Amino acid sequence: MEKRVTFDEKTLPYLLVLPQIVITLVFFFWPSAQMIWQSMLLEDAFGGNTRFVWFENFAHLFQDPAYYRSAAITAVFSGAVAVLGLALSLLLAVMADRVIKGATAYKAFLVWPYAVAPAVVGVLWGFLFNPSVGIVAWALRNLFGYEFNYVLNGGQALVLVVFAAVWSQISYNFLFFLAGLQSIPRSLIEAAAIDGAGPGRRFWTIIFPLLSPTGFFLLVVNVIYAFFGTFGVVDALTKGGPAKATEILVFKVYNDGFRGQDLGGSAAQSAILMAIVILLTVVQFRFIERKVHY
Amino acid sequence: MATVSMRGVRKSYGGALEVIQGIDMEIADGEFIVIVGPSGCGKSTLLRMVAGLEKITGGEIAIDSRVVNNLEPKDRDIAMVFQNYALYPHMSVYENMSYGLRIRGMSKTEIDERVKRAAGILEIGQYLDRKPRQLSGGQRQRVAMGRAIVREPKAFLFDEPLSNLDAKLRVQMRVEIKKLQRQLGVTSIYVTHDQVEAMTMADRLIVMNKGVAEQIGTPIEVYAAPSTLFVAGFIGSPAMNFLETRVSSDGRLAIDGAALSPKTGLDPGRAVTVGIRPEHLATGGGLDVQVELVELLGADTLVHGRLSDGKSLVVRLPGNQVPTAGDRLPVQAYDGAWHLFDTETGKRLGTA
Ligand SMILES: Nc1ncnc2c1ncn2[C@@H]1O[C@H](COP(=O)(O)OP(=O)(O)O)[C@@H](O)[C@H]1O
Ligand SMILES: [Mg+2]
Repeated sequence: MEKRVTFDEKTLPYLLVLPQIVITLVFFFWPSAQMIWQSMLLEDAFGGNTRFVWFENFAHLFQDPAYYRSAAITAVFSGAVAVLGLALSLLLAVMADRVIKGATAYKAFLVWPYAVAPAVVGVLWGFLFNPSVGIVAWALRNLFGYEFNYVLNGGQALVLVVFAAVWSQISYNFLFFLAGLQSIPRSLIEAAAIDGAGPGRRFWTIIFPLLSPTGFFLLVVNVIYAFFGTFGVVDALTKGGPAKATEILVFKVYNDGFRGQDLGGSAAQSAILMAIVILLTVVQFRFIERKVHY
Repeated sequence: MATVSMRGVRKSYGGALEVIQGIDMEIADGEFIVIVGPSGCGKSTLLRMVAGLEKITGGEIAIDSRVVNNLEPKDRDIAMVFQNYALYPHMSVYENMSYGLRIRGMSKTEIDERVKRAAGILEIGQYLDRKPRQLSGGQRQRVAMGRAIVREPKAFLFDEPLSNLDAKLRVQMRVEIKKLQRQLGVTSIYVTHDQVEAMTMADRLIVMNKGVAEQIGTPIEVYAAPSTLFVAGFIGSPAMNFLETRVSSDGRLAIDGAALSPKTGLDPGRAVTVGIRPEHLATGGGLDVQVELVELLGADTLVHGRLSDGKSLVVRLPGNQVPTAGDRLPVQAYDGAWHLFDTETGKRLGTA
């Protein structure tokens, strides 16, 4: 029988959760409701007339090739950000886990990128790779003969935003992976070594499976990050360009809504994005409930 | 099955202090060796050097006369049972036990045969599909043993495998491990801080203190003739009584005034510590004990008291003899039960 502390008081619990409820209502439910309302309105080009059009904005969206293109870019972008971000941070964490001397300093350095605001990340990477003055672009051109111009080349622009986004998120993943690694008892690794497993096999058959709950959690967090958190990076680096090559969905919401003045269409896109996040979160909770204890 | 040799084995972490200060030991094929000593004396370190989990700073370790100093654990053909069992939490009992065999590329049928046989011996056959978290402490302990025996290694290494079990289970598993080792005849090195485990399980034991092997011998040898004050105090429960004294001018030892005077051939004035086990004392005789506290253990009675010169003494009496606190109790020692040690060096001088 599970023991719980119970309160006889009837109103106190409600009072205690009230601030949380108010905040959620004001900053989440109200704007969401507005967005959904907005997604069913159509405004004429001059902002004069507004009509209620039910799901016409959504129907429009699903017939728009530009929307599918943006969705495809988002899929590639988030896939790349999540996979690269997880792989690199896992690699760093495995290496940091072996460091004994100066471990604290090493970890502190690895955590710094997380403290840099996304917009600043964009500016920074833009500066490094700037076709005319960027030192990395210069090095690529003069040392390797590789012309890197993300301002003109869409593919290169996408690669650049992926790397900038990964760089910004890697510390977060790193911390979780490192904590996960450090919670694996040393004796498990030693037992595997005595059982005859070399370092590679130890990693894939013992460490990796034991890290998989952490990995799955991070995968969802990273996909959500790639969907939304990368807005600042994209805005500062490419503004969705060149020729919409880096226009991920969240940026298209902004472009269409605030630049294109198509508030209804933009709200419809937002609603779809929100549905995706809710879905991901549900999947995550389902999975964690089942899988967190191996 | 194999012999294990340690020749001048040393270990230091980063220079400063030597954790293991030169251990020499020849372990015969099929022998059960227990390394016993207080916490922090270097038992685990020594065992882990045999396993290949710690680098050997100096000296040599050989398994079956092959020096293994530079071999990886997997190339030493040993199996180890850890204090926390170290079962792989994401694998079933069957997978845990077969992990090492699969790595060695053994055929499925042979793996199955070996795992089933080991599970039969250890009576864990019905748990093969369970995960370690679904098992009790005692069952996990058995799985850890099973993982070791399926490998059919040259030697078993145990690092305090029973410390996490409750007292009753510990006694039961102690007997089972010993039986199993007899049955399989595999050379075993067993680390424990528990002297009862050491005495009951060992063919021979190594009593360690601060990185030094104070004594190596059979349990009876170590009990009957402890080679240092440390060993005398560590082995045996309740612990041996120690009384510091000096050799008198006529070459005799005075204890409790002049109540008892064992004869020895020692120089007058030499500082000597005299030891006597509580179970080697009985009522009636020349020592006059002022009883301070009486512990009733049922079968035995432990009497804590003081001699007339103020030194404390513990006496073990049969359970039907129950003195009262405050009583004076005349006590005598069995013949030849006195152990003499040099107070300065702690070395054994003989008996009296
Ligand atoms: N990795 C290490 N670095 C430095 N000192 C260590 C390390 N491991 C153990 N020691 C020291 O070595 C000594 C012996 O440790 P250990 O073999 O674990 O003792 P025991 O198993 O007998 O309790 C202890 O004093 C301990 O502090
Ligand atoms: Mg230990």
